[in-house]
Amino acid sequence: MSTEMTGAEIVVQALKDQGVEVVFGYPGGAVLPIYDEIFKQNEIRHILVRHEQGAAHAAEGYARSTGKPGVVLVTSGPGATNAVTGMTDALMDSIPLVVLTGQVPTFMIGNDAFQEADTVGITRPCTKHNWLVRDTDQLADTIHRGFHVATHGRPGPVLIDIPKDVQFATGTYVAPEQARTHTYAPRTRGDRAAIEAAVELLERAERPVLYTGGGVINSGPRASALLRELAAETGFPLTSTLMGLGAYPASGPAWIGMLGMHGTYEANMTMHGCDAMFCIGARFDDRITGKLDAFSPGSRKVHVDIDPSSINKNIRVDVPIVGDIAEVLEEMLAIWRERGAKKRDVSAWWKQIEEWRAVKCLTYKASTSTIKPQYAIERLEALTRGMDRYVTTEVGQHQMWAAQFMGFDEPNRWMTSGGLGTMGYGTPASIGVQVAHPESLVINVAGEASWLMNMQEMGTAVQYRLPVKQFILNNERLGMVRQWQQLLHGERYSHSWSEALPDFVKLAEAFGCKGIKCDDPADLDDAIREMLAYDGPVIFDCVVEKHENCFPMIPSGKAHNEMLLGEASTEGAIGSSGAVLV
Amino acid sequence: MSPMTLKPGSSAQSAYNLRSTLPESHERHTLSVLVDNEPGVLARVIGLFSGRGYNIESLTVAETDHASHLSRITIVTTGTPQVIDQIHAQLERMVPVHGVTDLTVLGAHIERELALVKVASTGEKRVEALRMADLMQARCVDVTLESFVFEIAQTSDQIDAFIELMRPLGLLEVARTGVAAVMRGKEPME
Ligand SMILES: Cc1cc2nc3c(=O)[nH]c(=O)nc-3n(C[C@H](O)[C@H](O)[C@H](O)COP(=O)(O)OP(=O)(O)OC[C@H]3O[C@@H](n4cnc5c(N)ncnc54)[C@H](O)[C@@H]3O)c2cc1C
Ligand SMILES: Cc1ncc(C[n+]2csc(CCOP(=O)(O)OP(=O)(O)O)c2C)c(N)n1
Repeated sequence: MSTEMTGAEIVVQALKDQGVEVVFGYPGGAVLPIYDEIFKQNEIRHILVRHEQGAAHAAEGYARSTGKPGVVLVTSGPGATNAVTGMTDALMDSIPLVVLTGQVPTFMIGNDAFQEADTVGITRPCTKHNWLVRDTDQLADTIHRGFHVATHGRPGPVLIDIPKDVQFATGTYVAPEQARTHTYAPRTRGDRAAIEAAVELLERAERPVLYTGGGVINSGPRASALLRELAAETGFPLTSTLMGLGAYPASGPAWIGMLGMHGTYEANMTMHGCDAMFCIGARFDDRITGKLDAFSPGSRKVHVDIDPSSINKNIRVDVPIVGDIAEVLEEMLAIWRERGAKKRDVSAWWKQIEEWRAVKCLTYKASTSTIKPQYAIERLEALTRGMDRYVTTEVGQHQMWAAQFMGFDEPNRWMTSGGLGTMGYGTPASIGVQVAHPESLVINVAGEASWLMNMQEMGTAVQYRLPVKQFILNNERLGMVRQWQQLLHGERYSHSWSEALPDFVKLAEAFGCKGIKCDDPADLDDAIREMLAYDGPVIFDCVVEKHENCFPMIPSGKAHNEMLLGEASTEGAIGSSGAVLV
Repeated sequence: MSPMTLKPGSSAQSAYNLRSTLPESHERHTLSVLVDNEPGVLARVIGLFSGRGYNIESLTVAETDHASHLSRITIVTTGTPQVIDQIHAQLERMVPVHGVTDLTVLGAHIERELALVKVASTGEKRVEALRMADLMQARCVDVTLESFVFEIAQTSDQIDAFIELMRPLGLLEVARTGVAAVMRGKEPME
């Protein structure tokens, strides 16, 4: 095979050589040559989304559920700008994406040409890196570097902007091995002395906690396996952020639930009262720390992270370890075992944690007349646990309830928009997951407001026979916003409810899929079973209690031990200084 | 008017520093950043500073190694020690960045800035401007019967002082390059 090819051929060849199986995209004038090449081959599957934002989120779902980079192909101008939210989302949540955009021909750049946008300028702050390729000879090298950068170090989205004349012109193809990837080589091995210091802390801790996050998932299945070994050998309690759910099994003995703003009482009290904190692939996000100067005041802190800029960003730590989770945990366990795997007795600490657990912070008031949203999730969980299941979510109360009431025993099974909190993420993400796992059960736990933001993607689901289950907790409210207005703004519900909601069952029929509506708790199990049994996409309209609040909740600007547990504790709980925070 | 009559400022480097006093716990650091000279690299660095709310006191950039397409960006920034550490880490993780050296942390280094200072005056003032320029080691690079352009390559503090000296003597305009810096001694920065 000659190494001289057109730019468009180079794009497709580079994708093949990178092992790409699926591209999520939407055509337009500036990418027609690439689409022509896609037409001529069968190795790479193209999924036509209905909106470029959907392509980016679908690629995120694909990436998070497989550990491989997600690939997006869109046209110049509006195609590129529509994908910006998805790239920002991927940047915040460390998801590897390779986004290819068409651009107007090089000789027209800067002239306000038709569908011209300064794509690299617009996406510079929302990608890990981006390139405008002006020369067909550079194209293959740049695409290979793009994959390398997206997947090495802290993963993230990259964008490659390809002018149309570069797609038509011929140039030399280089294989991935020949590409100049060596200049980007983040460090993955932790500093030995720092790891030894961490092990010493493992040995000396009396009230330890393992605080784990999305970095464990990013690092791959070996990191999750090693984390499980660490938890088993130390017997330490373990909590995780929203992004890390599944790295350690929710059914495991060390599990004390998610931490943070809507985390469990026991997890947050453990974080607050510990004397040794082992932060493994989490980034001390403000949803975790609450009030910074009251955050876990009495603990020595170890932080393992591949990105040096995550360390000491919000919280000063005592033992920073820059490296890949799997590599660092392997070395940590080896040193720990070499030194005889000795630890303090932590049973008193566990006894304390059990007392906190006995508070049963997730209790809610049951009802026989209306479906409580928590109940709906509990039933969904009960009827699907143990299945080959993947769950995506939208953003809001339902997202938090899903995190609280569903259990994940494996990594890469839970896909949610954590850092950016993008309403409209879940539907396309569920499609991307289903593309990657055609035989598995894929459920998007949604709120009706979020769901409407990218519902056009049901067309994609129907076209490609992707049997995604859209489980919508319909409270006819922008529930999370309404909750904050109740707690912070004197119950002035300014524009936080949805009037004129569609009839979701008819909507489902219009899309050519199945619609199910359920508003009676007595019917819920059967309705969920009907959804699961249906061999195709389903829109499930679960009509729930309208004014339910999500608890526990650490109000903005408060410390972990100032958690709100239920309605009774909410009066005047959030001061004016907390109100300015989001 | 002599330099000694000027108000002392905040810096230990000069008796007559006129820079604004830094808020307590803020430090001024000079960072030297070696980058691939690729399109957009400067926009990336500046975007990092504006996007994350860091300060730039001065920034200079130029290609320093033509063959390997490397540029050196020298940034003078201020912030709390924690913010300075963040800036360092944030710069270092950028894909086109080869290395970041915090010269202020490393210690002995040389900083220079170049300024072109245009002064228009006649009579006594003109004579005084020339005398001051001589004292401050500024060179006259353009002259008319009513004006001078002085070139001064000095630390930023000294350039500040020179400009203040020229102000009452007919200062018209100033162009400054921002700081360039290297380590003292034979070791390279990276
Ligand atoms: C409405 C709403 C409410 C929320 N409430 C909560 C809440 O109650 N609790 C909660 O936990 N979150 C909550 N979140 C999510 C929150 O905003 C953050 O997204 C989340 O806490 C961040 O998770 P993380 O710390 O695991 O970091 P991630 O964003 O997953 O970042 C991963 C970290 O690991 C590092 N890393 C990546 N790869 C590797 C590797 N290979 N090796 C080592 N390190 C690596 C990265 O550099 C980064 O620092 C909420 C979000 C929304 C939208
Ligand atoms: C794109 C976008 N716009 C606005 C918000 C702010 N926001 C966060 S949660 C929420 C309400 C979500 O309502 P719904 O999807 O019905 O879920 P619920 O909270 O009711 O479960 C809003 C508007 C957001 N996160 N994303």
